[in-house]
Amino acid sequence: MPIPLQSRLPKTFRIKAIKQETEMVRTFTFDGSLGAKPGQFVMVWLPGVDEVPMSVAEDDGAVTKITFFAVGGMTEELAKSKVGDLVGLRGPFGTFYEWKPGEHIVLVAGGYGAAPMYFVAKESVEHGCTMEVIVGARGKEHLLYLEELESLPHVSLHVATNDGSVGHKGFNTEVLEKLLEACNSSVGKGGKVSKGGKKNEIDPITSVFACGPEMMLKRVSEITAQYKVPSQLSLERYMKCGYGLCGNCVVDPLGIRLCTEGPVVKNDQCVKIEEFGKYHRDALGKKHEF
Amino acid sequence: MLACDTRPGMAAPFDGVHFPSMNLTQTILGVEFSNPTVLASGIMGITASSWKLCAKNGAGGITTKSLWLKEHKGHANPTIISTDHWTLNAVGVPDAGPEKAKEEIGSFMKGKPVPLIANIIAESVENFAKTAEAILPLKPDFLEVNISCPNVEDEFGRPFACSAPDAAAVTKAVKAVSGKTPVFIKLSPNVDNIGVIAIACAKAGADGFTAINTVGPGMAIDLKSRMPILANKVGGLSGPGIKPIAVKCIADVYAATEGKLPIIGTGGVYTGEDAIELMLAGASLIGIGTAVGDRNVDVFKKICEEMQLWCTNEGVENVSDLVGAMHQELKKRGLKGVRKVSVS
Repeated sequence: MPIPLQSRLPKTFRIKAIKQETEMVRTFTFDGSLGAKPGQFVMVWLPGVDEVPMSVAEDDGAVTKITFFAVGGMTEELAKSKVGDLVGLRGPFGTFYEWKPGEHIVLVAGGYGAAPMYFVAKESVEHGCTMEVIVGARGKEHLLYLEELESLPHVSLHVATNDGSVGHKGFNTEVLEKLLEACNSSVGKGGKVSKGGKKNEIDPITSVFACGPEMMLKRVSEITAQYKVPSQLSLERYMKCGYGLCGNCVVDPLGIRLCTEGPVVKNDQCVKIEEFGKYHRDALGKKHEF
Repeated sequence: MLACDTRPGMAAPFDGVHFPSMNLTQTILGVEFSNPTVLASGIMGITASSWKLCAKNGAGGITTKSLWLKEHKGHANPTIISTDHWTLNAVGVPDAGPEKAKEEIGSFMKGKPVPLIANIIAESVENFAKTAEAILPLKPDFLEVNISCPNVEDEFGRPFACSAPDAAAVTKAVKAVSGKTPVFIKLSPNVDNIGVIAIACAKAGADGFTAINTVGPGMAIDLKSRMPILANKVGGLSGPGIKPIAVKCIADVYAATEGKLPIIGTGGVYTGEDAIELMLAGASLIGIGTAVGDRNVDVFKKICEEMQLWCTNEGVENVSDLVGAMHQELKKRGLKGVRKVSVS
């Protein structure tokens, strides 16, 4: 078998473009492709500072994008970068979202999880998939990738904000539950679910993909298990090597490495991860509760 | 399975194929290992879940990541980088301290699937003994004493393993508190004469050795930014390319101690044939580290199957017959042995 298209040494790229998405969130575009698939991550290196894992926001074969939240330490430093500055990318690593042509998928995006979900949507529509995309954030000003998602065909967009400033007031997982419930009760009836959406009838939902904070993922896991819909969730843990060597991102009690057997994990595995939604480990391996 | 399971020029793996069984069991200082492969320290080594997964995937034994007396922070990322030829790491030996060790080792010991080797580290001779005392109540099968980490020199100076008196002093201090638990000293290849260090440790009471720790340290520079890639700038070198250094060091230690003390041979082992080569040099057990990232976590099973195939083809019934066989072969042919060490 060939060695996969994966770099285990960081390759430095100059930042080609910077988009300020919200007050705290930026998207960097780099000239070049790492061959990343939706859901995979790269280790992003700021020389002299630190290296952290980030989901790939887009890799179209020509450019690679990352979207990140400037919150403490390395990401705050990274946010100070300007066009032309050098950033190292190492990877891509890990599992990715998997779909079959023609599926009807619900994407649940929380916070900057909207970026990889957009990457999924963009790629899967090309395979004839249709999508219900639920983007959630604390408030209107924190919503990401709405315009990009709206520009895609076969995507019905749903919005949820905690403060109710736009869309459903509450969690995006509540919208997911409504969709699955509507789908359940409308099987064969063509029930309407999405006011103002591009689709008026809901086809059976074949998969749910989610990326966002762990407590949101936990709820997606519970809901999709309850409705017996297969789901794939992107889990996050502290990472060092990125390719299954150091063991820092191993989850209890399965022993699987989220950099290799994850980050995208099927829910039938997620439900066996006892620490899921309970605790994670730091660089020293010490447990911290969510 | 990782798609990069094979590297150019590497023997093909034997996934899920079972060969007529020959005996892979190794009994070392009264501890039985179902096969000679052992998870090396620092790899997949921070939780009981990891260790159990390695055991399930064929590891004959597991070694913990280095355990400290108190919480110890490692280095910032990047800590681990590699190419097809080498891996550099400067993780910096992070550990949360004995409370976490107690929880994780305690969890592993319930229905212990394979022997556990507890690797300990400290910044002073005195604290090596104290760390040993903190860990021994958890009843590890062996203590492995890490006196040879090459990526914490900025913090602690040259490793104890680089000086015979220092290495002996640590050995003596740990042996004074270790009771019946065998003590293996993990040696550095980055010395003038590893045999001299081994003899000094043996005289101080060492029960065995682990050879080798990583090589170097080495450095890698990003061309465009002109910056060293590792946050620590330098890191220990491992991977396929260091195997010849491991083989040579193991042979030196085996010759210096006349094959009387068991050696856990570690360094660049990717295949069953690599493992056999280290055994011929004098290793009784084989540490597997970097290969976990390249051949995946079932590398232990794969290596065992490859060893079985080789032994079956060569008519070797017990893998233990291979230990130090190169030295016996030289002697049989009336040839000079590997470097002898004269100690005054």
